[in-house]
Amino acid sequence: MISFERVYKRYPNGREALTDVSFGLASGEMAFLTGHSGAGKSTILRLVALIDRPTRGQVTVNHANTNTVRRRRVPAFRRDVGVVFQDHKLLNDRPVLDNVGLPLVIAGMTRREIDKRVRAALDQVGLLGKEQLLPQELSTGEQQRVGIARAVVSKPPVLIADEPTGNLDPDLAREVMRLFRRFNEVGVTILIATHDFHLVDEFGVRRIVLEGGRLTSDSGGASHG
Amino acid sequence: MAEPEIERRVRRGPAQALRVYFSRHAQTFVGSLGRLTRQPFASLFTIAVIGIALALPVSLQLFVVNARAATGSWRNAVDITVYFKSDVVLPKVEQLAKNLRLRPGISAVTVVPADKGLAEFRRFSGFGAALDALTENPLPHVMVVSSAPDHAAPADIDSLRAYLGNWPEVDLVQIDTEWVARFNSILEVMRGVIAFTTLLLAIGVVVIVGNTIRLDILNRRAEIEVTKLVGGSDAFVRRPFLYGGIWYGLGGAALALAIVQSAVALMREPVGRVAMLYGSRFNLIGLDLQQSMGLVGAGILLGLIGSWIMASHHLRAIEPTA
Repeated sequence: MISFERVYKRYPNGREALTDVSFGLASGEMAFLTGHSGAGKSTILRLVALIDRPTRGQVTVNHANTNTVRRRRVPAFRRDVGVVFQDHKLLNDRPVLDNVGLPLVIAGMTRREIDKRVRAALDQVGLLGKEQLLPQELSTGEQQRVGIARAVVSKPPVLIADEPTGNLDPDLAREVMRLFRRFNEVGVTILIATHDFHLVDEFGVRRIVLEGGRLTSDSGGASHG
Repeated sequence: MAEPEIERRVRRGPAQALRVYFSRHAQTFVGSLGRLTRQPFASLFTIAVIGIALALPVSLQLFVVNARAATGSWRNAVDITVYFKSDVVLPKVEQLAKNLRLRPGISAVTVVPADKGLAEFRRFSGFGAALDALTENPLPHVMVVSSAPDHAAPADIDSLRAYLGNWPEVDLVQIDTEWVARFNSILEVMRGVIAFTTLLLAIGVVVIVGNTIRLDILNRRAEIEVTKLVGGSDAFVRRPFLYGGIWYGLGGAALALAIVQSAVALMREPVGRVAMLYGSRFNLIGLDLQQSMGLVGAGILLGLIGSWIMASHHLRAIEPTA
């Protein structure tokens, strides 16, 4: 579902963020992407979400080679990749309902459908009943779960998360991770970048380790998908 | 490898797709109005500037239209007023008028006796009370000569004026409608000026709307990034800004319409009074329904152009920076 083949990424300022990175996630697989900050975790997620393209090599997501996706097709590509951010990236002047429903509005659903599916997504993250609140009226942990609800509301086959537990205390972090696991159990392919090694150990899923832009260890399946 | 998975979206019938399309546009249409009302002061300010910019060329245009209409009935023929010396008696004047009517190139000769002239002056000038103080009528007998339209060339008029001026009974010959010809040529020049002004102000409206939309885009950068990140297409992101431009144009045009029509309404009575002094039933012309709709349409179009230019230019540059 996600596959990196000999990927290099050099930024315009000359910094080489990724060097010869290859790995693959099969459909329905879940993995942690770990490493210190600056190791290249965020770069990998950017390539998966097609925010950037590799300098060399191939990134394939949902059977689409990102090198061949034309600009016009990028939005459609992104609709199949749910993204969760450390800083949530919520719209602070809109209620939770509008935030979570944004991908569905883009997909052109009717108001009724949107309401129904937003409620279902909020129910999954334990925030049912908070539709009309503004993000600031929620705790950080709740805001992060709103971000997760938005990422999954359109049921994308691939979900990526950048330090989703970065600002949370250990209990909340564990809860958020369990949430991801539950989505994984229903078949969503999930890649989570984190430097929270304790949590990674605790959950015992596949771990891909980056160091200085190189892949140094991969605990899991060699299965390229 | 093709992109089969990307195409995997909910399949819809064309009817439903169309309904979704329209409901999406309707939502954005209303939503963008809601956004304008959230910053009422800034929005009204922009709309006021657009309204004034649109009202200016429209008022100038109306001025020319009205001026032409007011002077239009005199445009072809030329009137000459002949003032007789005060000792010339009325029967003599009438005899001269009768002879003059036989001359080629003359379409009408009207004699205005001194008594009648005084009565008219008393009625229309507002000097009634002052005139009562006079012991005798100071006005001479007058004859108004209208040339035939095919004898209204300057040379014809000059020779007619010379001919009348040579009569021993005549005190003064005055060409009344000479100023109409001059005035009309001034109006012609003004039309050119107005066309140029209109063009400049239309560009001004495009720039005003464009600049407002540009600020709007910068203010909502985070929202645009997030929308693009969750798969919003360029068209989707652009749409609310285009509707914003349409609202600005519509609001500005409505304001311009209100300004122009109320100015016409306010000036109708005083202008009518002036017209009556000139013996005219001229009624000030405002914008009719078609012209009003044209103005509103022009406002909407200019707003759309301004927002389109800015939205296309700036939205492309905003990409997610996660």
